[in-house]
Amino acid sequence: MRVNVTVNGEHRRADHVWEGESLLYLLRERLGLPGAKNACEQGECGSCTVYLDGVPACACLVAAGQAEGREVRTVEGLADGDELDPVQESFVERGAVQCGFCTPGLLVAAHDLIERNHQPSDAEIREALAGNLCRCTGYEKILDAVRLAAARKVEAAQ
Amino acid sequence: MDFLRPSTLAEALAAKAAHPEAVPLAGGTDVMVELNFDHRRPAALLDLGRVAELHEHAVVDGRVRIGASVPYTRIIAELGDRLPGLAMASRTVGSPQIRNRGSVGGNLGAASPAGDAHPALLAADAEVEVASVRGTRLVPVKDFYTGVKRNVLAEDELITAVHLRPATGPQQFSKIGSRNAMVIAVCAFGLALHPESGRVGTGVGSAAPTPRRAVDAEEFLAGELADRNHWTSPRALEDSVKRRFGELVAAAASPIDDVRGSAAYRKHALAVMARRTLDWAWQDYREGSWQACA
Repeated sequence: MRVNVTVNGEHRRADHVWEGESLLYLLRERLGLPGAKNACEQGECGSCTVYLDGVPACACLVAAGQAEGREVRTVEGLADGDELDPVQESFVERGAVQCGFCTPGLLVAAHDLIERNHQPSDAEIREALAGNLCRCTGYEKILDAVRLAAARKVEAAQ
Repeated sequence: MDFLRPSTLAEALAAKAAHPEAVPLAGGTDVMVELNFDHRRPAALLDLGRVAELHEHAVVDGRVRIGASVPYTRIIAELGDRLPGLAMASRTVGSPQIRNRGSVGGNLGAASPAGDAHPALLAADAEVEVASVRGTRLVPVKDFYTGVKRNVLAEDELITAVHLRPATGPQQFSKIGSRNAMVIAVCAFGLALHPESGRVGTGVGSAAPTPRRAVDAEEFLAGELADRNHWTSPRALEDSVKRRFGELVAAAASPIDDVRGSAAYRKHALAVMARRTLDWAWQDYREGSWQACA
């Protein structure tokens, strides 16, 4: 089947999509967007988190055909040109990136949290990131990065 | 494989009648896992994502009607005041990403004994709205489950909504898992006090082939509360009443030993959860605080 989807603001079309295929496969293998990672394919790790119509979802659990006519925003769409999003900057600065496999999903989840809640508590950060597994960092640096990104967001708003 | 994409409920029901083998696909949190792992190759997928009626909730005849595809996130945010037990259970489902997509309709369709919504639905006497081209019927949730991952749906039927009365008393939900987040229940318990009718509702999860009520426990507690005139002049509950309630809840379960826990552990945990949720709910009732925070 054919799938039309808006990805990071751009209309994209894919032909010969298998009906049981996931949005993750569509993004990575057909549209050339490897930012969202394929790790567990069962919604356990969060590495493939993308926005679907503005709501974070595991791309591996969305059928490609369900994205027809919808808007998808991937980690590639967080930066504004060469300008990194504050969440991305903070991850770099605080050393919240190691092997990097979980990073795209964590960035989208953290981005969503900070959009909804400019001053998240530590408990709220932990809850928001509970669906994203990282096997390298021990999470402390990730928490640091999210706190920093949130603080900058508040600063920027003032 | 076909990919059926109805845009109205009527179209969805017609599609299900024409393709009874089609697997309904809503949030995808169960079905896509099976597809990704090659555990299932249905002849057709029936995408319900475009059927607006399934994504809405409204009050109908004094009851909250929740469309089958309303995601848990929205139940928590938009219905937590009226359906506190279901909202509490919804908060324990998976991760934020999963709660953004997963729905009560999906939980019912999968009918896993470990589904988090079931104990809350049972405790609140929910009814499941089921529709086909032949018409619509309401199934009391206690009669909905027929076996492990089996339910009463005919092959041309779709789950369209659940109906629950807004809470008239405190509700609680408790779940045991090996960690706090992203965990399938080892066992779970839902409790609803219904002071307007002098009844008690319970739901036991992940401790029997199907989710089920603990009917003897409900009747025992309702009897105690009535005999002692507790509904109208609530006092602290005797420890013996709480303990007995816990024992009867545990007795209603018929769990198995599996990788998540032994049958004995599940029974013990259920007794503890029943006692504790009763304590919390009764305290709320005595203080009237469930109305304030509801």
